[in-house]
Amino acid sequence: MNIDWAALASVFGVSLVSTVALVGLFTLGILGLAKQVPTAQGGGGPHAAARVGAYACFALCAAAVAYGIYLIVV
Amino acid sequence: MEHITLLLAIVVVTALVFDFTNGFHDTANAMATTISTGALKPKTAVAMSAVLNLVGAFLSVEVAKTISGGIINEDGLRTEVIFAALVGAILWNLLTWLVGLPSSSSHALFGGLIGAAVMSAGWSSIDGGTVVTKVLLPAIAAPLVAGVAALLATKLTYRLNRKVTDEAQLKSTAKGYRAGQIASAGLVSLAHGTNDAQKTMGIITLALVTGGVLAPGSNPPVWVIASAGIAIALGTYLGGWRIIRTMGSGLTDLRPPQGFAAQTSAATVILASSHLGFSLSTTQSCSGAVMGAGLGRKGGVVRWSTATRMFVAWGLTLPAAGLIGAGAEFLTKQGPWGVAVVAVVLVAGSGAIWLLSRRKPVDHTNVNEPAGVVTTAIASVSPPPVGTTVTTDLKTTIHAPAEPQTDPARPATV
Repeated sequence: MNIDWAALASVFGVSLVSTVALVGLFTLGILGLAKQVPTAQGGGGPHAAARVGAYACFALCAAAVAYGIYLIVV
Repeated sequence: MEHITLLLAIVVVTALVFDFTNGFHDTANAMATTISTGALKPKTAVAMSAVLNLVGAFLSVEVAKTISGGIINEDGLRTEVIFAALVGAILWNLLTWLVGLPSSSSHALFGGLIGAAVMSAGWSSIDGGTVVTKVLLPAIAAPLVAGVAALLATKLTYRLNRKVTDEAQLKSTAKGYRAGQIASAGLVSLAHGTNDAQKTMGIITLALVTGGVLAPGSNPPVWVIASAGIAIALGTYLGGWRIIRTMGSGLTDLRPPQGFAAQTSAATVILASSHLGFSLSTTQSCSGAVMGAGLGRKGGVVRWSTATRMFVAWGLTLPAAGLIGAGAEFLTKQGPWGVAVVAVVLVAGSGAIWLLSRRKPVDHTNVNEPAGVVTTAIASVSPPPVGTTVTTDLKTTIHAPAEPQTDPARPATV
């Protein structure tokens, strides 16, 4: 019996890091967009930097999804 | 084609039936959390998953060379053995669906193959070490890896958006989480179509090779690829609502951020594991991710009684499918009448399980209700008032992103 501990460890590491990174990025994007929404207290509202940042986050996530599709196809 | 014998035809049909059960057994993996958080309506979710499964089946040409991944010795395997293995896998898949427990279809297939091969050629046809590395270890690793990833991701996302308290902004974030969840669920569906439909293609091809129709080492013919893809897509569209209910709202109560974290973790684990050489079960990764996300939210709880039943089902999958497979192989060994008996048992058993399931039907209308609350009274033949109530509840659920902090997927009463 030959258990490939290295492969298991790398699956663990890669999954952990990429899940947390992706969820973190996507959350930042969502937060950036949420800041564009005016609040009841008069906060929020259009904010160019936040919007650009949000789109950058989403672009990175989209790239990750594209890479995922690439992994499935190839 | 003209050389296809009756036995071979039966095996091909049985393999497609297995593919179909595989589809509806595993809809939950991609779509359970998407449905329970209200990201997609139940019917839309299964339709999307079905299409992606179909696309996935055609995507990859890299066919699994061995259906069992080296667990059994496939040289000289008789066609009847494949048939017996499929019978074991199908019946176990249907039984676990009846009780609404997610369990790995691949493990059911492995179990059936092991049981049938042992009955056919003795214990020497099994590689025990491979069973441990391909089945037992992944069964423990998958939920742990996916669970820990989902747990940390859930904690992170709740921490990042803890300052958002305004109603309108919360609405905006909930919408974002749902969109992200749909993307992750799509990836899981696509990966499932590629992996699992190919498994069936591999079985049919192997059966055709053992039956002497195809030369050894052939690629699956186009009709095999198309029929396997269609069977898994139809199964997915039918939707294993019982399992969706368990995974989407039975294990824990999921809110949009948790659903997103769970589905992303599942997608990542499945893709990472299949490309780093340590294949993990889709079902077990998804269940683990759901539980991890459940624990990650402050105040979140995992219903350990349901989880325990699921773990028991995982443990039983291999031996139970193996026993049925061995029994089926014992009969098919007796000659053509044995094959006929097994075919009759398969049809009768599937029919009985389906009839039992009609006593307490679960479908797209009541999939988000807490399991166990559906009483026999409600379950009696399609009572219109209950149906209407449920539909209204569902509508409120789906159209109420205004309160993402309340659990949207849970009608208070039935």
